[in-house]
Amino acid sequence: MSDPRTTELTNVSTTVLGADEIILNMGPQHPSTHGVLRVKLRLDGERVVDSECIIGYLHRGVEKIAEHRSYQQFAPYVDRMDYVAAVSNGLGYCEAVEKLLGTEAPIRARVVRTILTELQRIASHLLWLGTHALDIGALTPVFYCFREREEILKIFEKYCGARLTTHAFRIGGLQYETYDGFEQDVKRFCDDFAHRIDEYETLLTENRIWVGRTKGVGILSAADAIALGVTGPVLRASGVKWDLRKAMPYAAYDLYKFEIPTRETGDTYDRYVVRMEEMRQSRLICLQAIENIPTGPIMARIGKVLKPPPGEVYHSIEAPKGELGYYIVSDGTTQPYRVRVRPPSFINLQALDKMARGSLVADVVAIIGTIDIVLGEVDR
Amino acid sequence: MGAPATSVETESMANDPSEKDPASKPPASAAEDKPVAQKPPEPPKAAPVAANPPASPDAPAAAKPGIPPAKPAAPAPAAPAAPKVAAPPAKEAPPKPVPLDNELVQRLKTRFGDAIREATLDRKQAIVTIAADQLREISRYCRDDEKFDMLVDLTGVDWPKREKRFDVILILYSFAKNERVRLKAHAGESEPVPSVCEIWPAANWLERECFDMFGIVFEGHPKLTRILMPDEWQGYPLRKDYDILKQDTDWVRENLGIESGQ
Repeated sequence: MSDPRTTELTNVSTTVLGADEIILNMGPQHPSTHGVLRVKLRLDGERVVDSECIIGYLHRGVEKIAEHRSYQQFAPYVDRMDYVAAVSNGLGYCEAVEKLLGTEAPIRARVVRTILTELQRIASHLLWLGTHALDIGALTPVFYCFREREEILKIFEKYCGARLTTHAFRIGGLQYETYDGFEQDVKRFCDDFAHRIDEYETLLTENRIWVGRTKGVGILSAADAIALGVTGPVLRASGVKWDLRKAMPYAAYDLYKFEIPTRETGDTYDRYVVRMEEMRQSRLICLQAIENIPTGPIMARIGKVLKPPPGEVYHSIEAPKGELGYYIVSDGTTQPYRVRVRPPSFINLQALDKMARGSLVADVVAIIGTIDIVLGEVDR
Repeated sequence: MGAPATSVETESMANDPSEKDPASKPPASAAEDKPVAQKPPEPPKAAPVAANPPASPDAPAAAKPGIPPAKPAAPAPAAPAAPKVAAPPAKEAPPKPVPLDNELVQRLKTRFGDAIREATLDRKQAIVTIAADQLREISRYCRDDEKFDMLVDLTGVDWPKREKRFDVILILYSFAKNERVRLKAHAGESEPVPSVCEIWPAANWLERECFDMFGIVFEGHPKLTRILMPDEWQGYPLRKDYDILKQDTDWVRENLGIESGQ
């Protein structure tokens, strides 16, 4: 326990309550838990002494289902984990299976994938921003965020017919060519979006209430973040400059220039700033990518029946919420022997206890929002 | 680029782009026959402004892409007259796990001897199979001396026909080296595995999930209870002998008031 990286592990239900302490249940049906999450808080007055998350309400056994579907059949299921970033889920899964097969999608497919995934990142961050601000009491941003998100969903709809659970990619590449005017649509959105972000920032960044509710709230140090396996914007806000798109490039990210925004303190405000900057960077990636989408096939030569040779692979991508990994074991048949999803929300949520201790009960709402969880992914 | 383009067509399929080597980015992406054709458009990446370079200067190059799709399609299966196995190479070369003997493995072997059972490289990813009872010591060494400071994931795989049916898998990442390694330990059904919670607190929920799904017991875990399934649930859903339609009927009847959740 002397090791600074170790956090104390707790057990709310069996601890004896102190004289002034009460147990408060937040959820599973609570407007600020973003789904069916139950948080059990041990409070001393308004202060959180201890907390425990109770999850599993949305458990559907996705990993079990995977073992009973063919590789292609399972692809639509991954959309339903992090359902506000379905495109990212699909990218991770398709690339993992491609790696298992020892093949790769053609460059054109990879570039289109990159564009759609970055649009999805913006959409996911917008949804986060709107609801996070709403939790804290800023009612306006959510309307603006949904307005811009709608534009992205329209692009998805025009591309593949679906808005939310898109199943946009296929193993080996893409099912559909981009539609006529795809580049123009993306460009129009990106041009418009530049000053939209500024607009959000005028509402929040220097807003005294916003700053008061977020600065110094839910601080997570870099050492704690790494020890807890936290990834994504939460890790970067704690000062670790690490992004899988740079560290282990996939899709077509090695072709584009972008920055990894970081902050130092690791509080809720920093995580807000990091995500805002990430949206700007995603916009830049989209703009670079549509400038020159290579021509050529969109599908690699893989058979209709996929039988990856026996073996295993771990592949992960930088999803909007953090490192989304797929560990797939093949036994040489058409169905995966084991699919393990490394869900960023699940692992980041584990840091809630560390962040919430000592804070006020109202701050817990801000902290749950700032981690950016989707319960469909936490529970799978 | 032009010269290899023809000869590469068959053998280049072998490699999937190196995951751990960011240096070999653009050329390494020549994974299949088609990308070879597209290589020409790729270089202009530095100047994304060059939106329409394929127009005139690259005209020959741009013309090629039209042909090759047909070309490799035919030669690849037709050429196997040559000694090379041409038809299935896309699937042949990478997927075979090969023994691994890099510096990390050697250091591990000198330090832990027989506890390092096997080291393999599968699809360019390092897998070290270790003795389960040494898991904690090896983990601590990996974190402190080898700088694998993040536990990316911890999970299990069930092989019911094997004597020790479970694989416990730890995926580690090192920020300093930008590299991953996978530790694998075999565990029998009633054989506890040492918990690594005190080494990486991230393991807390991951081990709980592993226990929940497979029934693998982690010794030394501060609170090993179910995490996704209901606390009173009987059975471990991700075991291979747990049918996908199976459920804890008593639990469903008692708590949901219905005969079956199906």
